[in-house]
This record gives sequence, C-alpha cells and structure tokens, in this order.
Amino acid sequence: MTLSAFLFQALNGLSTASGLFFIAVGLSLIFGVTRIINIAHGSLYMLGTYIAYSFATKIGGVLGFWGGILATALIVGAIGALIEIVLLRRIYRAPELFQLLATFALVLVINDATLWLWGPEDLLGPRAPGLGGAVEVLGRKLPTYDLFLIFVGPLVLVILHFALARTRFGRLIRAATQDREMVGALGVNQSILFTSVFALGALLAGLGGALQVAREPANLATDLVAIGDAFVVVVVGGMGSITGAYLAAVIIAEVKALCIGIGVVDFGFISVNFSKLTLVAEFLVMAVVLIARPYGLLGRAQATVRSIAEPEEPIRPATPMLKALAVTVLALLLCLPLLAQSSPYLLILGIDVLIAVIFATSLHFIMGPGGMHSFGHAAYFGLGAYGAALLVKWLGVPMGLALAAAPLVALAGALLFGWFAVRLSGVYLAMLTLAFAQIVWAAVFQWEGFTGGSNGVIGVWPPPPFDKSWVYFVLTLLLAVTGVLLLRRFLFAPFGYAMRAGRDSPLRAEAIGIDVKRVHWLGFAIAGGVCGVAGGLFAFAKGSISPETIGVGRSIDGLVMVLLGGIQTLTGPIVGASVFATLQDTVMRQTEYWRALLGAIILLLVLAFPQGIVGAFAAIWRKGKIEKSEGAS
Amino acid sequence: MSVLAVHSLSKAFGGVRAVNEVGFAVERGEFLAMIGPNGAGKSTCFNMINGQLAPDSGEILFEGKNIAGLVPRTIWQLGVGRTFQVAATFGSMTVAENVQMALLSHAREIYSLWRPAGEMHRERALDLLEQVGMREAADRPSRELAYGDVKRIELAIALANEPRLLLMDEPTAGMGARERHELIELVKRLVVERNISVLFTEHSMDVVFAFADRIIVLARGRVIADGDAAAIRDNAQVREVYFGTGKTFAQSTSQGAAS
Repeated sequence: MTLSAFLFQALNGLSTASGLFFIAVGLSLIFGVTRIINIAHGSLYMLGTYIAYSFATKIGGVLGFWGGILATALIVGAIGALIEIVLLRRIYRAPELFQLLATFALVLVINDATLWLWGPEDLLGPRAPGLGGAVEVLGRKLPTYDLFLIFVGPLVLVILHFALARTRFGRLIRAATQDREMVGALGVNQSILFTSVFALGALLAGLGGALQVAREPANLATDLVAIGDAFVVVVVGGMGSITGAYLAAVIIAEVKALCIGIGVVDFGFISVNFSKLTLVAEFLVMAVVLIARPYGLLGRAQATVRSIAEPEEPIRPATPMLKALAVTVLALLLCLPLLAQSSPYLLILGIDVLIAVIFATSLHFIMGPGGMHSFGHAAYFGLGAYGAALLVKWLGVPMGLALAAAPLVALAGALLFGWFAVRLSGVYLAMLTLAFAQIVWAAVFQWEGFTGGSNGVIGVWPPPPFDKSWVYFVLTLLLAVTGVLLLRRFLFAPFGYAMRAGRDSPLRAEAIGIDVKRVHWLGFAIAGGVCGVAGGLFAFAKGSISPETIGVGRSIDGLVMVLLGGIQTLTGPIVGASVFATLQDTVMRQTEYWRALLGAIILLLVLAFPQGIVGAFAAIWRKGKIEKSEGAS
Repeated sequence: MSVLAVHSLSKAFGGVRAVNEVGFAVERGEFLAMIGPNGAGKSTCFNMINGQLAPDSGEILFEGKNIAGLVPRTIWQLGVGRTFQVAATFGSMTVAENVQMALLSHAREIYSLWRPAGEMHRERALDLLEQVGMREAADRPSRELAYGDVKRIELAIALANEPRLLLMDEPTAGMGARERHELIELVKRLVVERNISVLFTEHSMDVVFAFADRIIVLARGRVIADGDAAAIRDNAQVREVYFGTGKTFAQSTSQGAAS
C-alpha cells in the first residue's frame, strides 16, 4: 500500500471515529453519574438515524436535513429523559444485573417499535445539502460530508470539555461521577441531575445517529452493532472519561480503517485478507489495553460496588423430596417419546427445552456461584455449534466425534476470553463478555468462505438411528442430565466452594490463599465447555446453524432464564430454562413482535419478581415454615 | 532468628512519605503491639507486611525469607495468618464451611472437582470452632452471626493454616469494653498455646497496655519508640506525639477502659 493510500484510509478512520465517539461518550457520561450501563444506548443511536431519515425525506431540503438532524437530537434526548423518569428511576437501587437487563428489555422494545414504524427495509437518506460533493485529497476523492464529520467529533469533544469544566451542571456531573452519595448529601437534587445527564447522553447518541443518515442506511441491526462498538470504545478509553472516549474511538476506527486499507496480503505460503479481520483487530486492541491498563487508557479504578442483593442461603445437598422430584421428572421425560406418537411436535419442544437447560445451567454456574455476570454466553454456544457443524462440513467427521469436539472448541474459546474477563468485575465484565460474543458473532458472519457467512452451515443432520426424533431426544436428555449433575457436583466440591468464597469476598479469599482470578477463570472455562455441548446438540437438532442463532439475543435469553428461575438457587436455572423455552416455542412464535413481548416479560420480571420463580417460592416456603414454628412455640 | 524482621521499610503516596525507613522485629511467641496516632503509617506498614501494598524499598523478612512485594495469598501460604479490621465471613456459607474453606486451601485442595467439600476437614474445623467457643454455631449460616461472634470465626479461620505469625489489624475495633478484653484474652491464650507470634495494631490503649509484651510507636511514618509498657508510658516523645503535653498514659488507660 502506498503512503498516500495509507493516509487516505487514516482520514476515513477519523470520520468513523466521530460516529463512535458520539455513542460512547453518552454511554460513558451516563455510567459515570448513574452507574447504569445503558445497553439501549445503541437503540437511541439507531432511532436517531431513522428519525433523521424521516425529516430528510418528508420535509426535505436544507431545513429537512440539517434542521432535521438538530430536531432529531432533541427528540432522542427527550426520549432519553422519558426512559429515565418512567423506568430507570425505579431501579437505581436494584442489583446491577437487573439494571442491565432492564435496559436490554428497552433494546427489544425499541427495536420492535422501529420495525413497526419504519418497516424492515434498509432506508438510505439523501445526500447532505451543501456537502454532497467530494474534495480531492491525496489524489483520491473524499466525500465533503466525511470531512465535515472529521471535524464535528473533536468540536463536540471541546464543547463538552468546557461545559464540564466551566458550568455548574458540568461540575455537578464531575462531582457525581466521583462520589454520588456525597453529591446527594450536599443537597443536590439527584432526580433532576440524573434525568438531565440521561437526556444529554441520549441527545448525543441521537445526534450521532442522525449524522450517519447521509452516510449509511438506517438498519434494524444497528442498535446491537453500535452498542458493541461503544462498549469496546468505552472499555478501551476508560469509563467516565470523555477524552478517553475520543482517543479510543480514534484508535479503534484507525485500526479498522487500516485493516481495510491493507486488504489482501500474500505472505507467500498463505494469503490473509486483512479487511475481514476488522473485528479481530478491535478485539486485539482491547486485549492489549486491558492487559496494560485494566481500567482503560484514561480511566481510573472504580470504588467497589456495594452488593445490595439479598444474602444467599448456604447450599445444601438435595433433600430426599428434591431427589424424588428429579427422578419423577426424569421418568416423565423418558415417557415423552410414547406420547409424541400423537403429537410429534412435543419431542422438538422437549429437545429445545433440554438444550436451554444445559445453556442456562452452565450460565448460572458462573453467574450465581461465580458472581460473574456474563452477557455473552452465546459465544460458547456458538463455538460449540459451529465447531461441530464445521467439522461435519469440512472434514465429514461422524456425529459422535463432532459432538465430542463441540465442548472442546467452546472450552478453548472460554479459556481465551475468560482470561481477560476475570480481570474485570461487575459491569466491566458484563461489557467485556458481551463484546467477546459480538466478536465471535462477527467472525462467523464475516468469514464467509469458512463459515458460510449469513447463510450459515446447512445439512448437519444426525445419522441413523439419531435421525428419529425420539432417539435424538433421549441422547439430548442423557447429555443434559450428565451436564447438570456434573456442574452440580463441581459446585459441592472444594472448587465450587472456592468459587463462592471468591465471589463473597475476594479480599478474604486471597487472604486464605485462594487465587481468586484463577479459580474464576477455570470456572468460566468449565461453564463455556458445558455450554458448547448445548451448541453442538443444537446444530444437529436443527440440521443447520446460522449467525442469527448465536447472536446477542441468545446471551440475553440465557440471562432471562437464569433470573426467571432465580439466581440464588441451584434448581432455578432448570425451571427458568424450561418455562422460558416453552414460552418461546409456543407463545412468542405466534407474533411478529416477539421481541417487544420478551422485553415486556423482562421488565415485568425486573420490577415485580426480583428473586425469580424458584426464589419467590422458596421465600414463601421459608416464611411459612417460620410462621409455623413461631405458632408452635 | 526473629519470626519477622522489618528493615528500612518505606512507602510514599505522591509526595507523602507514609512509612519512612521503618525497622523492627517480632520474636518467637511475642505479642507485639504497633500503636500511633491517626496517619502515623500503621495501616500502610501493616498492608505492606500482609502483601496488600508493595513497598517502595526495604526488606520484610519472615523467618529469614524476604516477603516484600509478594501477594497476600503467597504470604499466607508461607505461614502468616491475618485478621481484618472489619471482620466478615463468606456470607453464603455456614460457620463450619468458612473454616473448612481455609483448611481446604491450606491442604491445597481447592481445585478438587469431585469430593463433596461439606465433609472434608469437618472434624478439624469443629475442633477449631470449639477452641474459639463457637462449636454450637457450626451449622448456622455465617451471615446471621453477631459481630463479636464473627470476630471469633475470623480467628478460627486465621488459625487454620497453623501460622507462625498472626497479623491482626485493630482486632477489637467496633467492640465494647468487655467484649474487647474477652477477645484479646482468647487470642492471647490460643497463641501462647501454639507459640504463635502476633503483630497487632490497636487504638484501645487499655488493651495494648494490659496485653502487649512489647509496644512500638509510630508517628509520621517513623518508629519513635520501642519497648515494654512501662518504658512507653514514660517516654516523653510518645507523650508529646499523643497529647502534645506531659500528660501520662495512666489517665488515658483508665479513660479507655471506661469508654
């Protein structure tokens, strides 16, 4: 590549960086003050593009375009304020996991609302009036609009910087970022501060989205792509640092632009297409930064987040009643193939439920006893599924071998990603795991030659006798029972205790010689490996696997299953997965707007049943027992 | 050889020299108190010995081996126990399981994936609980305990790795006068039985003067006095640091006991 081409790509990168900066900076500001990671931030960005598109096409002209962009920013800011007042204000005191889930529910609701209002097609806006041309830079044509974007980012950075340094509002934001309780104790009206910060962050996201209208089509997948990028930017730049956000946006955009610029390079023995490696490059940047500076380039260590969750009961071995119940359920499940002769769909449902049980139990293993709230468990499901499917596709291995390889592939991925993830905790860990899952998804999506890209891998059918659904059902049941019992055994072994000790108090665990990071890393890897079994089974059950089925939606499904059942009980994830998978297969498939429905379920769960189904029953049962014993005495 | 020997230990935060060329030793079986006004550098000093902080310079020799800059878990594995200023347990475990956890770690069995942990080292855990007077509470969830009891559990945990040196950061912080004396009496009895050396920081002068074999006084990051209770009481520099005048500890001791 020539030097001029190199510089031209660098310029291109700068215009992309401005877009990244707009999402990341709002996310960072909101987190700084409210300590909430707003996953719906990407959705606000997406809304910005759609609303600006409507202004630009319905009103048109200079007013419709440029006026529309400003109006869009204000509208999205107002939507942000509304979200804060109606929803978030109720959950500031909830465990952070619930806050993350609630904002994810918003992602689902906003996505379906957008689908309903604007339809499923990509919408490309008009060219920017006045900036429709191109200028010649280094012998190439650079769109004037891109040049404009290059300057908008730093401009907003400077404005924000001065606003934070010089105004009362800015001082309050900085003070709240350092010590929220103290700002409240000094008599500052926190409600107004939080609402306005959320509105400001939303406004910036809306502005960023609106500015993209002349560059890229409005697309329903933008929300998750944008939030994934924003997470990486914020983690690299450092939470709460505005300058860090810009710096990181530039670094990441530049690395991506250069990868695209380099293109295919022939190393003699192998030719590598660097333009397909943009997401891997992003990951590498993040990895390097996190090794050197765990809190990002310009970030500072956060004070430990106090845990407000209900204290957990000590774990007890299964009571005779629970054992009897488990055996009964197992016996009923073994009878299912007999019933299925009249309704074959039952077996398909049964397989789906069992795969969900493996998935949710493995997620619970690290979330509950490990205290690691992974928002990217789909990565290991995907690695297992693709690992098995690709072995069949390229090497033609038999099903048994492919199914055995699935957990190994997932285990390898979990070992790699987990090594980074356990270095962080709380929301940082959640964001990092989500980013990893996005990377797996994107790698699968972009590496078309190997993975089949968006078409996925098809024709992964089980050989006889497993082609009969009842045989496959029994196989799935066998593996699910093995997986669940194995994980349970680990939890009752010293390793499980050490994992809980590290969660309860990392400081004290280290002080009695437990290498908490190592224990949690191995826990993460074990969970990933078991999850890979679910992925492998899924690939053969459906006969195919596509990027869609391993997306962030599956990670969130897992979280909902675990929380639905109750995170503090060992049987919770099994019940949660069964209920959720059944609902998904029956009720949600009936409507086009199942995302909104799922979002509504999550919001209901977060606001009404914070302990989950099993947790709520257990609490009622304990209460009854205490009352009874009090009545007797 | 001293169990613990600290040589010219220093640590600065920004421009502030929190600990400045500090040196002292703890002999086998000795009950040594480290006192000093707020900001004297006790906690910094303590956290360097237990591995929470890495010193800028100086040596910390535990049984002749330099442990400066090692992480807390390595120091623990070498045979140094510790208790925290604010006591807490592993909240999701029973009292016995808390002690078992430390025993499992001491036996290097935490990576075991198969045997149920509930029965491992249980006898030994119950034995330790017996010694701190908490045998009855063995199967209760540890988070239900009163604070004084949590302190006792923490002591049982600290004894689990059969330490030769016990570091106690303000062992009686947050406790009433009677509880305070009971706890220290218990500690003293247990360590004398086992010939364990103890280094502790303390704000309650009644406890210090009643129980410590020897006292070292820190002020502004330096050791200003080192001696037995009588010598410290009569030390003019110590009085100066604590009261700015010639008041004596005789008064402070009685006040401390009353509060």
